[in-house]
Amino acid sequence: MSCEQCREREAVIHLTQIVNEQVTTLHLCERCAAEKGVESPGAQPKTPLGTFLAAMGQEPEQAQAPRADTCSRCGGSLADFRESGRLGCPDCYRSFEVPLRDLLRRLHGSTHHMGERYAERGTTEPAERQQTSELREQLRLAVETENFELAAELRDRLRVLE
Amino acid sequence: MIDLSLLTDGGVGWLDASGPSSHLVLSTRIRLARNLAGRVFQGRNSETEREDILKIVEAAARDTVLLRRAIKFRLDRLEFSDRQLLHERHLVSKELAGLDPDGRVRSGASLLVQDRLGVMLNEEDHLRLQGLHSGFALDAAYAEVDRLDAELGQRLAFAFHSEFGYLTSCPTNVGTGLRASVLIHLPGLVLTKEISKVLQGLAQVGLTFRGLYGEGSEVVGNFFQLSNQTTLGSSEYELLDHLGKMVRQVMDYEEQARQVLLRDAPAIIEDKVWRAYGLLRYARALSFEEAMNLLSGVRLGVGVNLIPDVGMYTLNKLLVYTQPAHLAVAEGLGPSDPDLPVRRAQFVRKVLESEVGRRG
Repeated sequence: MSCEQCREREAVIHLTQIVNEQVTTLHLCERCAAEKGVESPGAQPKTPLGTFLAAMGQEPEQAQAPRADTCSRCGGSLADFRESGRLGCPDCYRSFEVPLRDLLRRLHGSTHHMGERYAERGTTEPAERQQTSELREQLRLAVETENFELAAELRDRLRVLE
Repeated sequence: MIDLSLLTDGGVGWLDASGPSSHLVLSTRIRLARNLAGRVFQGRNSETEREDILKIVEAAARDTVLLRRAIKFRLDRLEFSDRQLLHERHLVSKELAGLDPDGRVRSGASLLVQDRLGVMLNEEDHLRLQGLHSGFALDAAYAEVDRLDAELGQRLAFAFHSEFGYLTSCPTNVGTGLRASVLIHLPGLVLTKEISKVLQGLAQVGLTFRGLYGEGSEVVGNFFQLSNQTTLGSSEYELLDHLGKMVRQVMDYEEQARQVLLRDAPAIIEDKVWRAYGLLRYARALSFEEAMNLLSGVRLGVGVNLIPDVGMYTLNKLLVYTQPAHLAVAEGLGPSDPDLPVRRAQFVRKVLESEVGRRG
C-alpha cells in the first residue's frame, strides 16, 4: 500500500483517529508520519538534546513549509537554536511551536505544564477563559498545519474546559 | 577581595551537617528558572538590557521579605579568585562566574543572596532562584524557594505560557523550571562497584547525576549530585516526590553496600579509612583531589562508626576550605601558587588537631 499523503513511498504507519465521532485510518510512510508528529515505535530515540536539535527542521520539505523560520519578536531562527541550543525570547515558543512541541515531547515525554500556574500581574481575564482562547488558537494552527493528532488532543481539552 | 562575612552564615549554612541524613547527604538544592515577559533571553540581549533586568529585579527583591536584606555581588566586577570563591560555596554556577578556560564574565552577571536563598541574575535565564539546605531536605528547601517565587512573581511579570508553563531559554528547563539536586556521598557503592548500575537505573527513571559542582563538573571524593532530568509534564510536587523516593532508595543501597563491605572485608575497610585519616593528619603536602579522596575515606569511617571522634561538620568544613580558591584567599596566595599543597596539608592538620575529640 502506498502512502496516502505523498502517494510515493510505502505506507508503514497506520494511524487511526477519531474525529467528530468518525473513525478514520490514515496510511502513511515514515516521513509523512513524522511530519504529522507520529513516530514509529522503533524510532524512539534516547539521545541528548544535541541530536534532537540537529534533526530539527532540516528536511527540505520543512524549509519550504509556510511556517516562519525566524521569530518575529527577536529575529532568532531555528538554525540559531540548533546551533546554540538556546531560544531567543519567550515568543520563540510560539514562532517555532510545531517543531518545539515535538522536541518537548521527546525531551520531557509531554508538552503540558502540570505545575504551578503563574497568575500574571494585571490580568483581568479569568485564567480559564484565557486558556480556552489560547487552546482555540492552537487548534486553528494545528488544523492549518494538518497536525491531526494534536488537533484531536486540543479538541478534547477544549471540551473539558467548556 | 569580597567580604563574605557580610553574609549571616558566610553563605555556608548548608555545610553545618544539621539537616536530615547528613551522614550521607551533604546538601539539598532547589533552583527555579524564570524569565521576564516581553524581553529577549540572555543569549540575544544587550548589555543595556541586562543592566535593565538587574535594576528591575533588584528593585522587586528589595520589596520582598525574603530578599529585602540581600547582599548583591556583581560577578562582572569581581576578580577571578572571588568569583571562584562564590562558585566553590555553591552560590553561583560556573557559567555565571565565567570560570571556563575561555570564559569571560558576562556584563550584568550578578547574585543576590540572603541566608539560604539567592537569585542569580543574567545567567542562562534572567533569574535563577535558588535555595540551599543542609542534609536531605527537599520539601523544606522547595517551600522556601516557592515562597520567594511567589513574592517575586507578584512584583515582576514572568514569561509564562498556558500550555508550556514557565518559558526558559533552553527547552530542557521549560515548564516548572525546577531542578532539585541532592549532593550525596556514595563511597560504599563505589567500592563495591555497584555505582554504575545505580546511576544507570537512575537514568532510566528520569534522573541524572553530576559532580560536586553541578553541571559539567567531575565526580570527586565520591560525591554525586542527583537531580531530576525533566521539568515538564509533572507538577513540582511530583518531581520532588519522585526524586525523594529515588534518593531514599539510593541511600538504602549505600547503607547495604557499607554493610557488605564491613561483613566481607572488615580488615580492608578498616585499614582504608584509618589510612585516609592518617594521611590527612600527618601528610606534609596535599593536592585538592587527594584531600577530597582522603576526606571521603574518613567520612566513610565516621559513617560506619570505625572512626569515633571526628564530626561531620569538621569534615564538611575541610571539604569547603581546602578548595583551591578558599585556600588561596585564606593564605593570601595566588590561585596557582606552588605552595598551595603544603598550605593545604598544614590547614588540614591544624583543623584535625584542634577539633578531633570534639564532635562537630
